[in-house]
Amino acid sequence: MEVAYYPGCTLKTHAKEFEKAALKAYRAIGIELKELDKWYCCGTVYSLAKDNIMYKVASVRNILNAQKEGFDCLIVLCSMCYNTLKQAQEFIKDESNLARIKAFMDEEEYKGIEILHGLELLKDKMEEIKKAVKKPLNRKYAAYYGCTLLRPKSVAIDSYEKPSIMERLIEALGGIAVEWPLKNECCGSYNIITNKEIVVERVRHIIENARQRGAEAIVTSCPLCYFNLKECQKDVKRIYPGFEEMPLYYYTELMNEAFNGKFDKGENNNGS
Amino acid sequence: MLLEKVEEISGENLYACYQCGRCTAGCPMTGEMDLMPNQIILAILRNDESVLDAKTPWVCAQCYQCGVRCPKNVDIAKIMEALREIKLRSNVNYIDLKKINKSYPQIAIVAAMRKFTG
Ligand code: SF4
Ligand code: SF4
Repeated sequence: MEVAYYPGCTLKTHAKEFEKAALKAYRAIGIELKELDKWYCCGTVYSLAKDNIMYKVASVRNILNAQKEGFDCLIVLCSMCYNTLKQAQEFIKDESNLARIKAFMDEEEYKGIEILHGLELLKDKMEEIKKAVKKPLNRKYAAYYGCTLLRPKSVAIDSYEKPSIMERLIEALGGIAVEWPLKNECCGSYNIITNKEIVVERVRHIIENARQRGAEAIVTSCPLCYFNLKECQKDVKRIYPGFEEMPLYYYTELMNEAFNGKFDKGENNNGS
Repeated sequence: MLLEKVEEISGENLYACYQCGRCTAGCPMTGEMDLMPNQIILAILRNDESVLDAKTPWVCAQCYQCGVRCPKNVDIAKIMEALREIKLRSNVNYIDLKKINKSYPQIAIVAAMRKFTG
């Protein structure tokens, strides 16, 4: 099965290992992720100002372009891009919004397209996943959803208070998924740029909670959560010398680890 | 008036709020805020312009926890955005672009530029 795939900027730079692992892992269960020929930065965060049409243009262009390339479903891996594109898609479901935004572009009629996060594609593939496992994972993992896969409610890929899709994946791969209350708690997001200290405290709080619940590693699909947790754990350790860092994985990396029997971290880990 | 402006930009009905405080209870950033999310709403309802100088909207991470927990369906994240926008539209940036750490991921940098510059 071939599906259209939108990478976004960060999967081409900071989070190359996420993309690399994804292409391989999805192929192993019969899904070919075909990158769109043409795509732009989605804008990363959805603009919440009702009158700000300009900040929604890039997302809508991406959606219309995917349609133009002949697709009726678009897969997004980066949680932040997913959220932004999906909210833009919700926005243009309203005819008058679509008309307003189309004044800024010369594109064909919008027929409607489905936008799914990569995890949603795995919901009914658990049997295939189990079959592809060569070396079951045997550690305890905390699935960390953060915000953008679950909120606002209109874009939630799963129950927004008690999601379980990543846990089901971890278990299909032979790992143990711990239950923990902070799995849908914000890491501080873009505060990393303006108020890093805030994010450092958030990260300590989140990691300690995962550890208390028995986790040995964190699993995510958000490159910003990944970066913040990775980067700030070093600061946490500086401030609290007894703190032990916890390893982080993209869910696609775990899939490969279980499918191939060896862990292949990819070479890109720049900037952190 | 402040209230009208906030309503216009956010599209939210602030009078729906009955000050139960669930937004504040769920907000992960309250430790860094000078006014709690429910207090922000109350201040805007009173047209108290000093709310524009509060730290709160600038540490709000647009995590949407407040909105999904609000029993009255008030989308507080949109109200925070309106407060930021009112400031940014008067040509005051909250960050100095030259000081951004360029080794950080694009999603962080672009997001900060969108939220903190006009
Ligand atoms: S949760 Fe809703 S109703 Fe309650 S204080 Fe917050 S905004 Fe008001
Ligand atoms: S969106 Fe902002 S105000 Fe609402 S819970 Fe998140 S950080 Fe707090």
